[in-house]
Amino acid sequence: MAFAGIKVIQPLALHASSSDPYNRAAKSIATPSPFLGSTRTLRINQSLPIALSRPASSIVAAVSDVFKEKKLKSTSDLLLTKEEGLEVYEDMILGRAFEDMCAQMYYRGKMFGFVHLYNGQEAVSSGFIKLLKKEDSVVSTYRDHVHALSKGVPARAVMSELFGKKTGCCRGQGGSMHMFSAEHNVLGGFAFIGEGIPVATGAAFSSKYRREVLKQADCDHVTLAFFGDGTCNNGQFFECLNMAALWKLPIIFVVENNLWAIGMSHLRSTSDPEIWKKGPAFGMPGVHVDGMDVLKVREVAKEAIGRARRGEGPTLVECETYRFRGHSLADPDELRDPAEKARYAARDPITGLKKYLIENKLATEADLKAIEKKIDEVVEEAVEFADESPAPSRSQLLENVFADPRGFGIGPDGSYRCEDPKFTEGTAQLCFDVEMKNLMLNMHLQG
Amino acid sequence: MASIFQRVGAVASLSSNASFDTKKLHLSSRRSLSERKASFVVIRSDAAKMNTGLKKIGGRADQLVTNAVATKPDTSAASTASKPGHELLLFEALREGLEEEMERDQNVCIMGEDVGHYGGSYKVSKGLAPKYGDLRVLDTPIAENAFTGMGIGAAMTGLRPVIEGMNMGFLLLAFNQISNNCGMLHYTSGGQFKIPVVIRGPGGVGRQLGAEHSQRLESYFQSIPGIQMVACSTPYNAKGLMKAAIRSDNPVILFEHVLLYNLKETIPDEEYVLNLEEAEMVRPGEHVTILTYSRMRYHVMQAAKTLVNKGFDPEVIDIRSLKPFDLHTIGNSIKKTHRVIIVEECMRTGGIGASLTAAINENFQDYLDAPIVCLSSQDVPTPYAGTLEEWTVVQPPQIVAAVEQLCR
Repeated sequence: MAFAGIKVIQPLALHASSSDPYNRAAKSIATPSPFLGSTRTLRINQSLPIALSRPASSIVAAVSDVFKEKKLKSTSDLLLTKEEGLEVYEDMILGRAFEDMCAQMYYRGKMFGFVHLYNGQEAVSSGFIKLLKKEDSVVSTYRDHVHALSKGVPARAVMSELFGKKTGCCRGQGGSMHMFSAEHNVLGGFAFIGEGIPVATGAAFSSKYRREVLKQADCDHVTLAFFGDGTCNNGQFFECLNMAALWKLPIIFVVENNLWAIGMSHLRSTSDPEIWKKGPAFGMPGVHVDGMDVLKVREVAKEAIGRARRGEGPTLVECETYRFRGHSLADPDELRDPAEKARYAARDPITGLKKYLIENKLATEADLKAIEKKIDEVVEEAVEFADESPAPSRSQLLENVFADPRGFGIGPDGSYRCEDPKFTEGTAQLCFDVEMKNLMLNMHLQG
Repeated sequence: MASIFQRVGAVASLSSNASFDTKKLHLSSRRSLSERKASFVVIRSDAAKMNTGLKKIGGRADQLVTNAVATKPDTSAASTASKPGHELLLFEALREGLEEEMERDQNVCIMGEDVGHYGGSYKVSKGLAPKYGDLRVLDTPIAENAFTGMGIGAAMTGLRPVIEGMNMGFLLLAFNQISNNCGMLHYTSGGQFKIPVVIRGPGGVGRQLGAEHSQRLESYFQSIPGIQMVACSTPYNAKGLMKAAIRSDNPVILFEHVLLYNLKETIPDEEYVLNLEEAEMVRPGEHVTILTYSRMRYHVMQAAKTLVNKGFDPEVIDIRSLKPFDLHTIGNSIKKTHRVIIVEECMRTGGIGASLTAAINENFQDYLDAPIVCLSSQDVPTPYAGTLEEWTVVQPPQIVAAVEQLCR
């Protein structure tokens, strides 16, 4: 499908036409064709002023049976090249190996707190993120290690962060649930579900603002927001679907529906469990895709990202996926039916891609083994690096609270608190601290 | 009199060290002493200058004082502001500050409910949408949590949004974003992302607006690490704080008050930016330090008139910076007067006054001759009935009585 090039969007119209508020006269109903994976492009009447709403019926929602066609295609119509295949494979292996190592390290007491592993969902991360440019943004949840890795954050930086060391990507201050990278445009890492979606919407807003207000015509950055099935019952999700569709923001809402929110089954908490349907209700396409198949995810992702880049607005993609481990390393995972787990284990995305690559002669067993070995070394090295890295010192405690440390205010002596040398040592008293006072007294007595 | 000059001098040097743009910063907060000719809506008073003879300690006034705001003679520093200035209302001053910053930096944008076509529910952004367009002055749907978060995401990716809560109380719906993301993301990202947002809106107790529209959110937000909070009270400081807040790389919450939008004042023509962290000396004095902010400043000044007529000499400080407190200005005052009264609009429990009391006790206990008196609103939802509402907030006679008792 041809990439239509960047379309400059008209600014929001100040005045809606009063006599025909939904512009029904001008609108032609888009053919309800299968949305993605097909060679037909989704056509929405481009002449509609953005400020006017489109009735939901004109937006198509596709189901993944369109992909059944793909399997019958000949080898000359492969879904990716060898390089792409190996890149995606390596990314998924990295995700899996890293998370397995996290589990080991957690039980050995190297990392603490809540750690949420991504095993089983690698197809979603690799399928989407490997299509992005460096300037595109990714926003995730607490299950964010692999999103960060896919986006390019080095494994050693993530592992170090998990160990709470100062060489971590967030200097040890964020932890498992707060992976950020300004360099790679990973905008978090959020502990509360749903709270990252508005942030992602803001990043997409920035992109549109740059294009239309700052007149940077080549700015076509897109944002991916990853979140789960539980989040889709949260108000912030709906509020952002509305705003993103209203302003045609370049964002893709990627639902990682793994059917379980800790111990709450998606079916027990949701009146209409088909999440993709919620897209058209807000005026954007909603797509359901098999999230255990990285190639299907990738095809859907291509279309959605292309749409966003062209200024056609947001897409809601529901990826049916599964987490092989519990919700977190503290979850005993007793509620899920072993038969369900076995069914999804049989659809392991890594095994699936491996099979595809070998069957279609894109790679040999040896190639893939070499990748696995390489990744093992990367992960080992990451652990070594994290082990050897120092923990943050006391002086780091008060850093990064404010971008402008004058925010700590003016002290009794008239100078800004941040100018106090004890401040940079981390021993400045901002509040009465008995322990610190005693410690300092002792240090003084000991000379 | 000399002491006043010294104090102003000292503060001026502090300001010049601390200000962002010393070339543009003509005036520090202390300049307001020489320039204010405010005519109030809430409290009637005319703009007569105070006779400096009244400043003698313990001296009784020979004449009735109609304006208890001290003025000082022109100094050389003041002569740079010899231009007449222009008169405007507080909401216009806010708009002027906003507009100047939007002209100066294209990344500054506004988002909120009815800020665009409607011009803002209190007209603070009137005229800006036609000038800057619908994307730069964004009318949002009614989704505080989401659009506040959107502003935060935009700030992380390079913009400088000014987010309006139509009433500060509505921002309770945005608490998740304000606390978790606004306050914390700079830290949890290890300093990689900054959140230069300004969150502003009208709050406080109005005229029979009912309980939910009469809230004081500064109480609830003050514990959030990583944010700064300021409260404006005059057109002069409203414009200066708005500009400072927008230029700051920290997230700043700017508290305006529903009843103060129509205050009129003459403000300088030339550009000025105030310090976010500084308090404002409203009326120097010797007997007692009265710390206040926002609307209560005017109740205090009205009480001050009565007190001066009764022979007291209160020092009134508008703390302006609710988080962090300007402990220098406050401390210097306490070291002089040894008595403190805090007059606030927050409720008794957990308000700004409660924190300020703790901070003063911790830092200046040796200088206090008496326990700190904190006058706050009652711990009740603000009633609708006018009489009940009046009894909810601190009124000038209560302030007078408190000073009389403290200074016996």
